[in-house]
Amino acid sequence: MARTRRKRPNGQTIPAPEKITISLTVNGAPRELAVAPWVTLLDALRERLGLTGTKKGCDHGQCGACTVLVDGRRINSCMTFAVMQDGAKVTTVEGLARDGTLHPLQQAFIDHDAFQCGSCTSGQLCSAAGLIAEGRASTVEEIRELMSGNLCRCGAYPNIVAAIQQAMERQRS
Amino acid sequence: MINFQYARATDLADALRQIAAEPGAKFIAGGTNLIDLMKEDVERPPRLIDISRLPLREVEQTRHGGLLIGALVPNSDLAYHPLIERHYPLLASAILAGASAQLRNMASTGGNLLQRTRCYYFYDTATPCNKRTPGSGCAARYGVNRIHAILGTSDACIATHPSDMCVALAALDAQVHVAGPSGGRTLTFADLHRLPGTTPERDTNLAADEIITAVELPERGFAANYSYLKIRDRLSYAFALVSVAAALELEHGTIKEARLALGGVAHKPWRNVSAEAAMRGEPANRATFARAADAILRDAKGFAHNAFKIELARRAILRALSQAAAGTPQSQSVKKIR
Amino acid sequence: MTYIGTSISRVDGPAKVTGAAKYAGDTAASDLAYGAVVTSTIAKGRIATIDTGAALRIAGVLDVLTHENRPRMARRTAAYKDFVAPEQGSPFRPLYDDKILFSGQPIALVLAEEWEIARFAATLVRVEYEAEPFATDLQVERERAAAIEQPLKSRGDADKAYGDAAVRHEAEYFIPIEHHNPIELYVSTVLWDGDGKLTVHDKTQGVQNVRDYLCGVFSIKPDKLRVMSPFMGGGFGSGLRPQYEAPLAVLGAQALERSVRLVLTRQQMFALCYRPATIERLALGAQSGGTLESVSHEAIAVTSQYEDFFRNDSGWSGLLYKSANAKYGHRLAHVDLPTPSDMRAPGAATGVYGLECAMDELAVALKLDPIELRLRCYSDRDQHDDVPYTSKKLRECYRQGAAAFGWDRRNPEQRSMRDGSELVGWGMASGVWDAWQVDTAARIVLTANGHAEVASACSDIGTGTHTIMAQVAADLLGLPLEAVTVRLGDSTLPKAPVEGGSWLAASVSHAIAKTADEIRKELWQLAKAMPNSPLAASHLEDIALVDGRIIDKKGNGGGVPITDAMRHGRRDRLECETTNSFAEDKKHARNTHSAIFAEVKVDEELGVIRVTRVVNAVAAGRILNTKTARSQIMGAVVGGIGMALHEETLIDHTLGRMMNSNIAEYHVPVNADIHDIEVIFVDEPDEIINPLGIKGLGEIGIVGVAAAIANAIYHATGKRVRDLPITLDKLLP
Repeated sequence: MARTRRKRPNGQTIPAPEKITISLTVNGAPRELAVAPWVTLLDALRERLGLTGTKKGCDHGQCGACTVLVDGRRINSCMTFAVMQDGAKVTTVEGLARDGTLHPLQQAFIDHDAFQCGSCTSGQLCSAAGLIAEGRASTVEEIRELMSGNLCRCGAYPNIVAAIQQAMERQRS
Repeated sequence: MINFQYARATDLADALRQIAAEPGAKFIAGGTNLIDLMKEDVERPPRLIDISRLPLREVEQTRHGGLLIGALVPNSDLAYHPLIERHYPLLASAILAGASAQLRNMASTGGNLLQRTRCYYFYDTATPCNKRTPGSGCAARYGVNRIHAILGTSDACIATHPSDMCVALAALDAQVHVAGPSGGRTLTFADLHRLPGTTPERDTNLAADEIITAVELPERGFAANYSYLKIRDRLSYAFALVSVAAALELEHGTIKEARLALGGVAHKPWRNVSAEAAMRGEPANRATFARAADAILRDAKGFAHNAFKIELARRAILRALSQAAAGTPQSQSVKKIR
Repeated sequence: MTYIGTSISRVDGPAKVTGAAKYAGDTAASDLAYGAVVTSTIAKGRIATIDTGAALRIAGVLDVLTHENRPRMARRTAAYKDFVAPEQGSPFRPLYDDKILFSGQPIALVLAEEWEIARFAATLVRVEYEAEPFATDLQVERERAAAIEQPLKSRGDADKAYGDAAVRHEAEYFIPIEHHNPIELYVSTVLWDGDGKLTVHDKTQGVQNVRDYLCGVFSIKPDKLRVMSPFMGGGFGSGLRPQYEAPLAVLGAQALERSVRLVLTRQQMFALCYRPATIERLALGAQSGGTLESVSHEAIAVTSQYEDFFRNDSGWSGLLYKSANAKYGHRLAHVDLPTPSDMRAPGAATGVYGLECAMDELAVALKLDPIELRLRCYSDRDQHDDVPYTSKKLRECYRQGAAAFGWDRRNPEQRSMRDGSELVGWGMASGVWDAWQVDTAARIVLTANGHAEVASACSDIGTGTHTIMAQVAADLLGLPLEAVTVRLGDSTLPKAPVEGGSWLAASVSHAIAKTADEIRKELWQLAKAMPNSPLAASHLEDIALVDGRIIDKKGNGGGVPITDAMRHGRRDRLECETTNSFAEDKKHARNTHSAIFAEVKVDEELGVIRVTRVVNAVAAGRILNTKTARSQIMGAVVGGIGMALHEETLIDHTLGRMMNSNIAEYHVPVNADIHDIEVIFVDEPDEIINPLGIKGLGEIGIVGVAAAIANAIYHATGKRVRDLPITLDKLLP
């Protein structure tokens, strides 16, 4: 089959949406970027800011892999447009460790083998950080329930719960 | 997702001006349902008006002893608000039964009221759906309909309303404050959502240029005897097959006031005031509750895959009312059903 | 051994918890364009017209590829046959022609400067179809299902023996279509390197399989195309065959002559592949004492119209239970859906589900404890080939599993155990899987600073391959773990099979062992050549590499440091690559086994089921890493819980379309669904199967789990639900 590039049809070209410049503080660093309104915070992080630690698992708020902290609260970054977050402070998995030292949750996830393939892990970690900050979970049942917005298809749930308990205990002591 | 314009509303008047200016424009607040549907090409608004920064985030006590909840109060903030926890634990429990912690952090009070059905066909633009494309037909009626409605259905639509929070608000007799171009108005909760009838494309009785500003709760909170019981296909993060908001006021074992609302069974949170009235003055026991269940489910009608919901709802009503009467409401984290 | 058999943490853990690990969709490129796929809305027919005009008018759209204008692809269907493709049939060729073979088939690829633009433009492609009648329902098509020829031979006369049996049980068990649903979306990032060179970062369980496939489809020389997948966000079998994102992304890169990223949506992934809907027909005949006289097992499963996919569903009883008479069969119903695929323990997850539920029903009929029945039927020989096992500690699995679970406290009566408003049920099942091993190559580069790089083109799909490769290499080279670097998931590395079937751990470990042995020889020669070498009189068979030194196990003294021997021999690096072949052994069966015990609590009034406890006792030879191995089995148990209670792809058979193609409505277990899971590894030394005694763990953990849960639900409620998933409505009267 001969390859023929399809000609652009006659008629008007429909312009791409106008970009809007926004400012975010991402992992402590000020970032400015121009994005069209239809760009989600997730795609802004991954495809525009090069922060690919945050994962896309469904793009519909069904799996939690894209969980980040916005102004300290855990949210699904696939379910918000970047322009809506203008001025926000965003923490991604890349921002959890401080000065080369792993966040207690990151260390606990390694210690308890709380992941296998790793594609839900960033979301689990940010979600767990949000969970601890919320202070609404103390029992195992409460941790399980309040971490149920983060699917793990490798089935690491018991290890995830154990890791979160370890991090909570470290924080208390 | 189509190309759309985006603007942030500076105040309520600006929001109303903007929505009136462009047919098809939509407000966006939490975005958790609208963005989902835009990605599926089900919602195609040419313009989004971002209202998320309007000052509608307060929870205030009213002169009548109730609460006025700003439309932009996030679901999680509302569930954990001390006044809600203390006086309206049914509402707190229902909110925590829905979605995930992340989504509850994003979703707004007003947006929760306006979320759209989870019907598979509504979501899939390759299939017929009267709600999405009026006149195209209802594929669910003779298709995969395990999750669909058993009450208040029409030939045109058998979709359900997916909210948990709304089931509690319906039971609590909440009111919805709305602003529009010609001023404000207040709707009873029962008047907010519609049955599908021949116009399933309309979920609510709000006009396209109106905005929800607040939800008002009356004084009566049923804090002593309530339960929100949600039955679903997994133990969390799933929509209800059937959910029950039960609230009682008891006096020496006799029912003084009763509220009963169902989720997952109809196009709107389902209440039946005569079923509730029949409980008043009766002893708070299973016989009374069974009569109430029979009354509220009298006209229930199942389809190929969801007929089980009728019996499930009956049992869930019995259980939730029993939990409420005993003062042992269902926990949303301990999964054993009390 | 310092590391093998220990519980060291994953070596790739820090990369995964910091977000540093780069998956296929994480690769950056300065000239990146984005793709979006348009899929068919009908199940069968042809594309009459496809109008891309409106899509092309969107600013930022670079091109729209369809079967009418795509770059050249191979015409021969043989070119599309990958390593894992079914023998019978012709693989699906994306964007090849106007034929529609299933709903959700890719029919156009939109390429744009940004992904949002591509997604928007994709909604503007207008398609008209000529639709044809189709079939998607196994229950309807089962009558037309055709028997396949399969290697499992029947024994004796199963029908007669069944007729003569004192106690009989016959039933059908059903497993619906299930989807793998790894959390990572299928994605390919194709880097246009210029000079016609392509680097394809693809989500796959086999980089060399994808390379060979792409080279065949696009007539590219293997040295011009490199496939990378160092991290893979979950496969469960869905990534064994090349999926269409890879060829489409290459088409896009060729059309644009620039780099392209193509991420499939979750909905699109449902049309890649799935575990086939299967009816398992079981007939068991026994003597009243509890010995099996007859086993008949027939599976009826769906496959596509264009390929015959099937696995061994019916033969597992021949490995578990003694029966002089047995009959096996497998029939395929051809439906207008994509070809099914391997999904964790393909054949066994389904076939053993049927078998182990049937055994439970037989135990009830015989009034025997289900473990006792299995012990009375216990088989020390593989009855298909009448050979013994290299090792089989299934009895120990039953014993240790039962003890840990507290099985002796079980009241055998149904509905006899309670916890308040909940009925309590205890059920058990056996599991069995193959211990395959495949010829695999590995390369070791040892540098004079005492560092080793070990490399093989295998994959780590979350199973822990990085970690066990490091452990094996460190132990056999006598180096600290930190001194070993692992490279995998790169098609230019030494030849490795796809990661599947539980064969990789044994296969790659022995490739490393063999290569390390060559390194040992070279080091010994270098050490011997040193002046006054303490190893001058040593023999190779006594030489070991320990703690960074070359030592003579028979001699005295500390031997020679590896680094000294290399420096003295003026060798900056030793590099060695070997391919390990496993000796053919037809005198033994090679299998892993397990015993699963499950506790369920069922709300009697509402039917809500909670799986409150699972014990899975596994005999799988030598366990390389007890931490990652435990995780693997635990995760498989979670998968089994999903299979038992949640997972089902719902098809609208009038539309021929999967309706719950998302992970809100296709339910997999969430954290709240999972309670206590205990994993036991039964000690199972195996000196026959391979030198290190390794068997593999990827599949065995899920086999039997759904049966144990179904059996527990029966014990709790007295209600036998044979159709998965066991949703609460099936327990309501």
